[in-house]
Amino acid sequence: MGMTFAQKVLAKKAGLKTVAVGQIVDVEPDFFLSHDNTAAIAKTFAKLGVEKMKNPERSVVVLDHTVPASTEEYALGHKEIREFVRKQGITHFYDVGVGICHQVLPEKGFALPGFLIVGSDSHTTSYGALGALAAGVGRSEMAALFATSRIWLKTPATFKVEVKGKLADPVTSKDLVLRIIGDLGADGALYRSVEFTGEAVSAMSLASRLVLSNMSVEMGAKNGYCAPDEKTFAFLEGRAVAPYAAVYPDPDAEYERVLAYDASSLVPQVAKPHTVDNVVSVTEVAGTKIHQALLGTCTNGRLEDLRLAAQIMKGKILAKGVRMLVLPASQEVLLAALSEGIYETFVAAGALVLNPGCGPCLGAHQGVLAAGEVCISTANRNFKGRMGSAEAQTYLASPATVAASAIAGEIVDPGLAMKGGRR
Amino acid sequence: MIEGRVWKYGDDVNTDVIFAGKYTYKPMTPQEMAQHALEDLDPDFAREVKPGDIIVAGANFGCGSSREQAATCVKASGVAAVVAVTFSRLFFRNAINEGLPVVELAGGTDMIQKGDTVQIDFEKGLVYHKGKSYPFPALPKEVLAILNDGGLIPHVKKQLAKA
Repeated sequence: MGMTFAQKVLAKKAGLKTVAVGQIVDVEPDFFLSHDNTAAIAKTFAKLGVEKMKNPERSVVVLDHTVPASTEEYALGHKEIREFVRKQGITHFYDVGVGICHQVLPEKGFALPGFLIVGSDSHTTSYGALGALAAGVGRSEMAALFATSRIWLKTPATFKVEVKGKLADPVTSKDLVLRIIGDLGADGALYRSVEFTGEAVSAMSLASRLVLSNMSVEMGAKNGYCAPDEKTFAFLEGRAVAPYAAVYPDPDAEYERVLAYDASSLVPQVAKPHTVDNVVSVTEVAGTKIHQALLGTCTNGRLEDLRLAAQIMKGKILAKGVRMLVLPASQEVLLAALSEGIYETFVAAGALVLNPGCGPCLGAHQGVLAAGEVCISTANRNFKGRMGSAEAQTYLASPATVAASAIAGEIVDPGLAMKGGRR
Repeated sequence: MIEGRVWKYGDDVNTDVIFAGKYTYKPMTPQEMAQHALEDLDPDFAREVKPGDIIVAGANFGCGSSREQAATCVKASGVAAVVAVTFSRLFFRNAINEGLPVVELAGGTDMIQKGDTVQIDFEKGLVYHKGKSYPFPALPKEVLAILNDGGLIPHVKKQLAKA
């Protein structure tokens, strides 16, 4: 019997020939990610009575959640992190402004095929897009990893999601993953490893695959894998911080479930408040008035996302009463977007352009919502109260739908808007 | 064996309603966190919860963020255990790591209502409710060892002392 991707990586890391589904293994991850929560983790680490981290070279610290610091408390947290990083000799440190961790780790060459990466952030699943086994953990676990470099992991069962056909413009991987989450439910892939495959996935850019892997956690999954290919290897050329060997599932691997999708029949999707699995076709919520549009986050703040939104917004201005926030996923994305003239479109349209970072996605700062307000966002969560008031509402959609809706002042089908149909 | 009064919730109770994102990067003691526990789900909870109470919920309890405070605030509020049909894997790990017992009743929790009393026998793997008993699977020994040590930090401390 062959093994799935997750089985193969865990077996390799545990030094075993095979691992069975459900088997618990004690393994050493290749990299550990932490972000602004490193301040709290450092305090927990101190409780262990260990002076020095076991492997500071495996730690990657990215400041992105509350950047730049908007309160004295956040500023103090960042200061403590900088001191901790210096004291521990952590060289892979990315201070405020470099970008969102889930874009920075791929860009800086840490998200590598076949690597085991854990992060104290639920969207650590993102690195599966490059063929890594990547999962989130909590703060205590990160502190323990700092001290021991070891963690227990249970070998997950695997779902295979086969996507045939071609996405029809302007339908994106965001629409696809929202549809899958809508079908499976928020716990549909609980504890599972998910492998995305098929011609539609092969045809996707890495940025589009990152959306699938990023949102795998929203169906409860432990990780979301896309098979590394020439696009992956080309992207990693000159970036990879270490040699790597891609890991692929065996042809006779055992899957708990196989789900089939046809990309060519997919239309734009929207997740309604207040759960990510509350997914409908955009036409069902068309006409919903909005107050804020958010373009960015670790889900959809990459160059192709900004490009798509700008294409829709070019020469247009935001509807009256709508404010729009644009946050690039990283400095690299921002520079590329600037050189393409994308930012001129956003500013001319009346959008507010912000620094690379998580922004208001988690409701900490930079554009939170008041009671009664409605936001359409390219982010990955729309939980009650997440973006501010518990009486606010967030709809999740693709960059195309968000951009078209910001111009219209209400949720619209971006396909119709692009054809010059209903405004 | 523990016995406690039930707080009952539904499916997909997410980490944002357990412990809001706006608090996640504020330094707080566990007691301060407890004052905001379940704030956007049930404003009565933090005010009225008593030590030893038990949360009973549906499927996918604790879905969403990796924030450990979701488990810390529940534990600090005095809750003795959380019983759910299933847990998100992150909440499950965080709860164990905080020393908060989690019980998976795969058969469902619909029969248990707010204000009921339930008993949990961890050794036998049984939840007792209104004269009936419902089995739950024992935790793997690696996981149980962490819980028995009072959480991951005391567990790792003990291991490091042995090494």
